[in-house]
Amino acid sequence: MSEDLVARLRERFSDIESRESLDWPALNCPAGRWLELAAALRDEYGFDFLTDVTGVDWNDAEPRFTAVYHLLSSEKHVYLRVAVDCPDDAEPEVASVSHLWPTANWHERETYDMLGIRFLDHPDLRRILMWDDYPYHPLRKEFPLAGIETELPDSEVAAETGAKVAGAPMMGGPFVAPEQGAMSEREPRAKDQTWTEKNPKPKT
Amino acid sequence: MSVKKEELAYDTKIEGDIVVTRADAAINWIRSHSMWPMPMGLACCAIELMATASSRFDISRFGAEVMRFSPRQSDVMIVAGTVTYKMAPALRRIYDQMPHPRWVIAMGACASTGGMYRSYAVLQGVDRIVPVDVYVSGCPPRPEALLDGLLKLQTKVGRERSLKQLWSEEEAPRITAANA
Repeated sequence: MSEDLVARLRERFSDIESRESLDWPALNCPAGRWLELAAALRDEYGFDFLTDVTGVDWNDAEPRFTAVYHLLSSEKHVYLRVAVDCPDDAEPEVASVSHLWPTANWHERETYDMLGIRFLDHPDLRRILMWDDYPYHPLRKEFPLAGIETELPDSEVAAETGAKVAGAPMMGGPFVAPEQGAMSEREPRAKDQTWTEKNPKPKT
Repeated sequence: MSVKKEELAYDTKIEGDIVVTRADAAINWIRSHSMWPMPMGLACCAIELMATASSRFDISRFGAEVMRFSPRQSDVMIVAGTVTYKMAPALRRIYDQMPHPRWVIAMGACASTGGMYRSYAVLQGVDRIVPVDVYVSGCPPRPEALLDGLLKLQTKVGRERSLKQLWSEEEAPRITAANA
């Protein structure tokens, strides 16, 4: 069934490719064909619901950014995952589908906020989780988990309190719970407890 | 006629309708037993805060049942939950609008230290932007723990030099750029 769908799509869109997937059918779509494919998937193949838009930062790989769309057909109860590679690594861009599925509006804003993928012709491409002036895209691979020191969103409060957006203390984190042992002894703890806030991490 | 020692504190038969006390004691007694909280509910701690206010735990036994959603009518801000950097300036502005005297309870791990959110997005302790009087541990704290925190705050208010502050318009130490 899943193979059928991708095969049928490939008859019409010759440049899409089947994508490795553990569950539902998935395919790679070139950025240039994405709008056309999306309209066809919604109107002719019954994918009436866009469940999620997300993205991947492949770090060193080429192309670096991929936008991922998760579609659901509520009639046939079939999911489809479409991955669209962004051609430009420095200025990743994908066509917005918020005119096809209104839910894409906020999902694309989140992907833009977290990964910096710009969605062309989006009606309102602002940040949605971080504040408007935040200078980074936190889910990019070069962004540290602790964060980067920057200014508070409100300059008046920042001047009054002297507070900053500071890097969070990691103390050997991230914190994980041991998989083995009794519940009472499985409190989350730092993976590496040799360094703390008082004993800084040895430089390698 | 012998009078028992404990009766010397106040006895209508001896003193009539007069109570002798210190002004600080009277002011602090009034203040600490009618604290109007500003419920700054930001995450799951707010659920425990609501439970504390509800019938089973009944915060009104300690005079703090009048939850005011306007900072201008409240005495104590209970920061219940995770404070993100995006929310932090709003929290500070709400605190700034509270009339003196004002107090802050940091409820739970997140408000006290950032808790488990060692993250780029979360303020690592609300004491970086407002002065905190009482920290309540727990994730989230049980209602009893919050009540204990309230009692601790009442004890603390009981020790304040209220009259002096009243006349000198002195206020509690503020977090400013100088001492942060």
